[in-house]
Amino acid sequence: MSEQFKNRHRNRQQRINSSAHNHGDGHEAREQRARATSNNRVSAYLIRHLQVFFFSLGQLCKAPFSSLMTAAVIGIALALPAGFYLLLQNVQQMGGTLDDTAQISLFLQKGVSASGAEHLRTQIAAMPAVSTVDLISPDAALQEFQQYAGFNRALKLLNENPLPSVLVVHPSAAHSVPALVESLMVELSTMKEVDIARLDMQWIRRLNALLDISHRGVLILAILLAASVPLLVGNTIRLAIQSHHAEIVVNKLIGATDAFIRRPYLYSGMLYGLLGGSIAWLLISASFWLLSGPMQRLSLLYDSAFILQGLGFVSSLQLLLVAGLLGWLGSWLAVGRHLRAIEPS
Amino acid sequence: MIQFDNVGKRYPGGYEALGRVSFHLAEAEMAFLTGHSGAGKTTLMKLIALIERASNGQVIVNGKNLSGIRRRGIPYFRRDIGIIFQNHQLLYDRTVFDNVSLPLVIAGHHHHEIARRVRAALDKVGLLGKEKLYPVTLSGGEQQRVGIARAVVHKPPLLLADEPTGNLDPELSQEIMALFRQFNQVGVAVLIASHDHALIARMGCRVLTLEQGALTIDSRARLTQ
Repeated sequence: MSEQFKNRHRNRQQRINSSAHNHGDGHEAREQRARATSNNRVSAYLIRHLQVFFFSLGQLCKAPFSSLMTAAVIGIALALPAGFYLLLQNVQQMGGTLDDTAQISLFLQKGVSASGAEHLRTQIAAMPAVSTVDLISPDAALQEFQQYAGFNRALKLLNENPLPSVLVVHPSAAHSVPALVESLMVELSTMKEVDIARLDMQWIRRLNALLDISHRGVLILAILLAASVPLLVGNTIRLAIQSHHAEIVVNKLIGATDAFIRRPYLYSGMLYGLLGGSIAWLLISASFWLLSGPMQRLSLLYDSAFILQGLGFVSSLQLLLVAGLLGWLGSWLAVGRHLRAIEPS
Repeated sequence: MIQFDNVGKRYPGGYEALGRVSFHLAEAEMAFLTGHSGAGKTTLMKLIALIERASNGQVIVNGKNLSGIRRRGIPYFRRDIGIIFQNHQLLYDRTVFDNVSLPLVIAGHHHHEIARRVRAALDKVGLLGKEKLYPVTLSGGEQQRVGIARAVVHKPPLLLADEPTGNLDPELSQEIMALFRQFNQVGVAVLIASHDHALIARMGCRVLTLEQGALTIDSRARLTQ
């Protein structure tokens, strides 16, 4: 970026020097231009850019209501995909914590004794793919059932405990990949003491598949809505160019280059983008603040320490950067199309 | 400074605005361009400022053959010409200072130098002290002088003026013409398009007369009333 700027500046300097050389004898203006040090030029150039920046800012502030309207539309267009993306990331993070909880429930044969079940528990716990195994005895299971209202009386009608012993197998971290967990389940289900083996992973797979689809959807939405930003800014800038038709003609007659005339519009476009990005940031932050309370209550109900993640510093910066760039791009497209059409006549 | 060799201008549709015009304006020379409206005065001015391009013939301005200047080069070419318009062409949302400083800003001068030169130019046209005003608050004659200050602030070797006194009363016109004469005396070539014959006669400069797109009279007429 700075290299490009230097090159451009060098080219300009050369042009000015050579034009001064060709026919500049005796003209103070050109002599001074040629004499001007490179440093002076660069600082004049930078000051000029600063002036244009503040001029463009001033233009936006002159019509605060319409500027804000445009920026708000940009803000909403950016807040939607960015907000969805953030939400998805949160869901994914939640899914990640759920992945670890993949567990295999082994319902043992009715005839297996308590000591037999304990023996099987230590045997399975020793397997390399297994991290821990919990034993739920028929009595413990019965107690758990009795806690549920309504079951109490139903269970009293039974003469004996109908529940089997259950082993809850937690795969080790290295083996918690869906495919490996499944093969572990198949292996365990072939044991003669095991009646039924159940793997509660299907829903996690479905969630992951759904997340993949949502990711695509958000990506498409993001592209569509982000594309609307340059179009919006482009249209606004087009109107600005039309209302400054006379001024552009005068500038061209006085010897302004296209770059000179383009500059304030590019800055305006960038400012629209930045303002829109700021509004998007505010919208997202406010939405997540509103969501965080209910979300915390929900995660408490699930005994989870899940916290809704808002926009971090880096993401906020990225949002603003993208917004500014999209605004600049829209302005660049509009200016390129319309400035060329305006010529003195 | 300006050289026309058999220059013709035909607009799309076949209308011939200029046909085979040849003349030469020397450096530091002052001349008037006259003729009825529709005679081609404005077209000739436009060819010099590269607002239009000649259909045939050769135009050389300031040592440059205009047919060799591409679109990208036009701004740099125009910086060596000061153009003055009948309707001033000022920017009405900017102060007098900002209007006059525009050519220097465009050329990328340092702001200290810009302030110095703008004040010098405003001093020359007698508007020093009005740099903070907006053009609408000025009279027609003053607005035209702002336009002149803007045209000369970057010290171009050539001044073009298209009907600069068209909207002014004779007294103000005389003042404006005296200004042009002053610039001419310090070495600036001046070409003024005007149909104010009385005024032209009083100035006693070279007169180029256009009739239906042809240069019919080129004289150093020194008429006195």
